[in-house]
Amino acid sequence: MFQRIGQAIRGAALMDFVGAFGLGLKYMVRPKATVLYPNERGPQSPRFRGEHALRRYPNGEERCIACKLCEAICPAQAITIEAEPRDDGSRRTTRYDIDMVKCIYCGLCQEACPVDAIVEGPNTEFAVETREELYYDKARLLENGDRWERQIAKNLELDAPYR
Amino acid sequence: MVLQAIAFYLLAATTLVAGLAVISARNPVHSVLFLITAFFSAAGLFVLLGAEFLAMILVVVYVGAVAVLFLFVVMMLDVDFVALRQGFARYLPIGALVAGVLTVEMVVVAIKVATQGAAGKSTGPAAPYAGVTNIEAIGRVLYTDYVYFFQTAGLVLLVAMIGAIVLTLKHRESVKRQDIGAQVARTPAAGMRIVSIRSGEGLDE
Amino acid sequence: MRATDFWATPLGWGLITFGQIMAVLVWLLISEAFFLLADRKIWAGVQMRKGPNVVGPFGLLQSFADLIKFVLKELVVPSGADKFIFLLAPVISFTLAFGAWAVIPLAPGWVVSNINVGILYLFAISSLGVYGIIMGGWASNSKYPVLGSLRSAAQMVSYEVSIGFVIITVILLSGSLNLVTIVEKQGGGFWNWNILGGGGWKNLPVALVMIPMSVVFFISALAETNRPPFDLPDAESELVAGYQVEYSSTPFLLFMIAELCSILLMCAMISLLFFGGWQAPFPTPFLASWPATAVSFFGFMWFFMKLCFLFFLFAMVKAIVPRYRYDQLMRLGWKVFLPLSIASVVLIGAWRVFGPGG
Repeated sequence: MFQRIGQAIRGAALMDFVGAFGLGLKYMVRPKATVLYPNERGPQSPRFRGEHALRRYPNGEERCIACKLCEAICPAQAITIEAEPRDDGSRRTTRYDIDMVKCIYCGLCQEACPVDAIVEGPNTEFAVETREELYYDKARLLENGDRWERQIAKNLELDAPYR
Repeated sequence: MVLQAIAFYLLAATTLVAGLAVISARNPVHSVLFLITAFFSAAGLFVLLGAEFLAMILVVVYVGAVAVLFLFVVMMLDVDFVALRQGFARYLPIGALVAGVLTVEMVVVAIKVATQGAAGKSTGPAAPYAGVTNIEAIGRVLYTDYVYFFQTAGLVLLVAMIGAIVLTLKHRESVKRQDIGAQVARTPAAGMRIVSIRSGEGLDE
Repeated sequence: MRATDFWATPLGWGLITFGQIMAVLVWLLISEAFFLLADRKIWAGVQMRKGPNVVGPFGLLQSFADLIKFVLKELVVPSGADKFIFLLAPVISFTLAFGAWAVIPLAPGWVVSNINVGILYLFAISSLGVYGIIMGGWASNSKYPVLGSLRSAAQMVSYEVSIGFVIITVILLSGSLNLVTIVEKQGGGFWNWNILGGGGWKNLPVALVMIPMSVVFFISALAETNRPPFDLPDAESELVAGYQVEYSSTPFLLFMIAELCSILLMCAMISLLFFGGWQAPFPTPFLASWPATAVSFFGFMWFFMKLCFLFFLFAMVKAIVPRYRYDQLMRLGWKVFLPLSIASVVLIGAWRVFGPGG
């Protein structure tokens, strides 16, 4: 009985509202959680799996030896590789396509790669206007590797102790 | 004076045209909207007469409340125009009779007013209290000379309201009702209890 | 012809009135742009967001960018819609929302039309606001808009009743329906404001009734303007956007401006009826030696500050209170506010007759 009366008094005095008002004011002066995306970015793990890239050795030679392990493990069957011996006798790919529409960004290709050639880089901003642009070929992947090499190398180094 | 004359003819014309449109519009919703226009222009005419209190009350009561309910009902109705027109010829004589009686009455009243002047013997609206706003004037008349009529009108409305409630209110036992006070007063302690259940034994209640 | 004679002619009178109307309109539209931004910023602030901050410094020009966006968009009239009423509805909403400002005294001497029944006029105009919504919902020829407009109409008609009774308590205290008189009677310090009884210290017991009444008025104003937590007509999680579903481009903009304008109108009404309008919260004998224009600006400053404070309350309520369910809304209006406000009318009337002032 007394509890109900107290409840009524508190309701009539808008105690809930006053409390919420104070809470609202308190949160208003707190630091904002907003990240102004194109100008600011949230932190990104070194293990982040973004856009694919094919890496090169420091001397410019491409790493991929066409072992096709990535093609074999790819659960979405997004990777297509064709290979034949190059003029100097080394085994290299003639074709390395990734269908980015099929890709599920699971990261198994980079786990499978024995030479750290195919990696998923930190880039997420590769939206395009047509579907065809998402069928990446070898040239595109190598170009990605060149562009993101510094960050990819740093991420691999940071992640190395845990592998 | 020129402005007042312009305003009067404008408002009067709007009232007449809207009133005509109420009965001639095909769509009943349009009819109600024209009715609202007519009410509104009539309120404007009241303002021109210096009866701003009546004008505002007209807008508040008729336009703001009654016509909203009209509009509600008419919007919800699924009017079948063919069925509506069926009885037209049959009821035409009665309608014509009523219209004729009304017309005769209006003509008689108009002749009386024109010859003898309006409201010859009544206390009349003609500024009985000088230097007083018309709200105060209405209040003085309403709460002194006509206080019994005023109270009676209030009682009639009260009876109508209670009657409507009595006719529609039903207490059905099977219907679950919400007790908001009880809901709000509920605490976690009253609503649940925490039981620790031994593995493999379950809880038998 | 001398200059003073010209202003007395119908043409001169018309020009002066037109100028006054334009001044109020322009002030209202510009301040509305910033009030809208403030609303969004406060809402964002409570949720630890930043709110619009891209257009102009701190996002100050956001509302103008929105205006341009709305005006340049394509107007879509749904097939089967009653085109004339569909386009008339937002115009009606807009006109009524702005027309009500004609009788609001912004400062000493600053009122477009100082009519004797100012408060009734405000009440009448705000009761008409429901038409824009009903017509818009019905003319859209679509289900959600009709449902939204029905909810809105029932809600506005319900809460108008308690608003009316609260207004009557203020009228009983002030003894006048003229807004200028109501405000003038509250001069000389905050203890003369209607929320504290409106008659100095000897009327202080009335504050026990008037403070709850101001709260009732505030909450009813929220419901009347379809603001959260009573935004059932355009509850986006239930009705998409209620009566505004089919609207786009400028008509939609008109609806939005009208809504914001009636919110500001409600803030202005609360400040006039309960918080003394343009009156400063302390005695101002020093104003006697000031020029009239300075006195007006001084009063306008107080009025605007009260407006801002009340709008801040409106915005905070939007940010912190969850939406009411429809039956809860009706219960609050008819079973709580209506008896409370009728009882207050009786109490205030008794005080006026039998109290120390009677």
